[in-house]
Amino acid sequence: MNIIDTLRMALSAIFRNKIRSTLTALGVIIGVASVILMVHLGQAATASVTQQISSIGSNLLIVVPGTRERGPSGAETPAPPFDPGTYEAVQSDLFGTRIAPMVNSQQVLVRGTSRHSTGVSGTTNDYMEVRNHPLERGRRFNSRELSSGASVCILGSLVVDELFPESDPIGSTIRVGPTACQIIGVLSQKGGSMGQDPNDTVLMPIRAVQRRLVGSYDVQQMHLSAVETTPAALKASLEALLRDERNLQPGQSNDFRIFDMQEILTTVQGTTRTLTILLGAIAAVSLLVGGIGIMNIMLVSVTERTREIGIRLAIGARARDVLWQFLTEAIVLSSLGGLIGVALGLAGTVGIARRFGLPLVFSPETILMGFGFSVVIGVAFGYLPARRAAHLNPIDALRHE
Amino acid sequence: MSAEPIIRVAGISKVYGSGAAEVRAVDDVSFEIPEGDFVSVMGPSGSGKSTAMNIIGCLDVPTAGRYEFWGVDVAGLDHEELALLRRHYIGFVFQGFNLLPRMTAAENVQLPLIYKNVPNSNRRSMALEALESVGLSHRADHDPSELSGGQKQRVAIARALVTEPTLLLADEPTGNLDTTTSSEILDLLQRLNRERTLTIVMVSHEPEFASRAERILYFVDGRITRDGTPREVLA
Repeated sequence: MNIIDTLRMALSAIFRNKIRSTLTALGVIIGVASVILMVHLGQAATASVTQQISSIGSNLLIVVPGTRERGPSGAETPAPPFDPGTYEAVQSDLFGTRIAPMVNSQQVLVRGTSRHSTGVSGTTNDYMEVRNHPLERGRRFNSRELSSGASVCILGSLVVDELFPESDPIGSTIRVGPTACQIIGVLSQKGGSMGQDPNDTVLMPIRAVQRRLVGSYDVQQMHLSAVETTPAALKASLEALLRDERNLQPGQSNDFRIFDMQEILTTVQGTTRTLTILLGAIAAVSLLVGGIGIMNIMLVSVTERTREIGIRLAIGARARDVLWQFLTEAIVLSSLGGLIGVALGLAGTVGIARRFGLPLVFSPETILMGFGFSVVIGVAFGYLPARRAAHLNPIDALRHE
Repeated sequence: MSAEPIIRVAGISKVYGSGAAEVRAVDDVSFEIPEGDFVSVMGPSGSGKSTAMNIIGCLDVPTAGRYEFWGVDVAGLDHEELALLRRHYIGFVFQGFNLLPRMTAAENVQLPLIYKNVPNSNRRSMALEALESVGLSHRADHDPSELSGGQKQRVAIARALVTEPTLLLADEPTGNLDTTTSSEILDLLQRLNRERTLTIVMVSHEPEFASRAERILYFVDGRITRDGTPREVLA
């Protein structure tokens, strides 16, 4: 008996009992579909997070004040922000590195009858490079405005949409909290990022925010971008410098924190990858359950078809012909289920990715693995029933009612 | 006709169980059947005739004695070789027809050809030829469920014949049929025996049908008690 005849026999047996075959394959269909779906969505999530962090700038370091231990109880209190001297020291020490100082203040913006509450950031032109968020229109701060703390501002695109739905904001004046502010530029629109919307922001010269809105010359955050060095190296030199500036003794822990986007990216990628493996493994268990379903039905089928097996043995089938017949049936059933599962899994991936705005990532290895797994399931769980069929005694099988 | 008998059975026994539960289904039976014979096997149920048929048909092996099929000692063969022997030399016809449901008559007849590795392109014409020889070519594409009992048995005979076996074993082929139809089936078997020099061994309960054969083996309690022409045995 050749392979084509064996396949034809298996297919005709499968199609003879369509409902049962469909139900039998359903376990494998669902198993393969969920493996494909889970792994693809996991990879899409990884890609999405990577994309978001990269859009912030993967060589970005953000320095914020941390906490300080106070007294023998070890109670932690928030550490003070960076004084102007520290910022200047960092600037002169890390000459050549772009450093955007940040002073943030939550303010209500008013234009005529429109109001919008947002975070106002006092910074320098370096912000636009360090945060990879360039101007779309208008101009940057000039040096006179920066040194005098002039009341000028650059709006994020969302703020423009809120306050200037149909007119050009440049040259107009809005109120930013207690102060009037002239608009000199508009930032380009930027893709979604973790946490807050980067387009919902207003930039002003740092001096202006310090003097007019906050009332302190301290710097709350520093954003640095590692250009000629690695983020890790920059982080190390920054740490040493800040410990010195803030008079920390050896043994004393840092009272500031440095967020390294590269590091965060690696961590997050690691986490989502682990989650993907976990979800894939859970899905694989359902595939295994599907395999057991196939074995169950094949065993029933062998019992039901005992007489048929007896006839086949009497007219010249060898035990191994019968073995192959039933094994092929299981494999074909399982792989057909696998194919349908792959199709459903991919359709589900596309649907969910569209719905939640995830990037579409197709992984041929996952698809091949899902399908290959279904074939293996067919072999593994088809063997026992097939063996049982092949080892039937022809005389008993012929007498079977 | 060759001098070598197609079946030579020498002192075969088939014993089931052991000790007190021992059952001697066939007990020290010997006979020979030359090629081209038409032999009926008779006997009450439980007399061992079915067991003897299974052994002759290479579905079973004796526990003792020697069975030579065309000079080949069957006792020395494994399951696979027995299957090959059945595939190439033996055709089976059963009381219950044993056609596979949901397959047309022609497909049923083609089944042994698949196992015999006959190329797909030749199978249908061979099956139609076999159906023609049993007078059923016009029902080739019908399901067994659409056929009468006699027609089903003809399909079964066609299936047994399609591989051109030397030996046809028929286990009560008319057991499920009415008298007229049974007679037609026996006519067919007799014709095949004559025209093809096909050796036929047939189990039958009815003396009327058994006597269509040239010779009758009569089993009682696992032994052959009478062996001769229908006239001698049924006298």
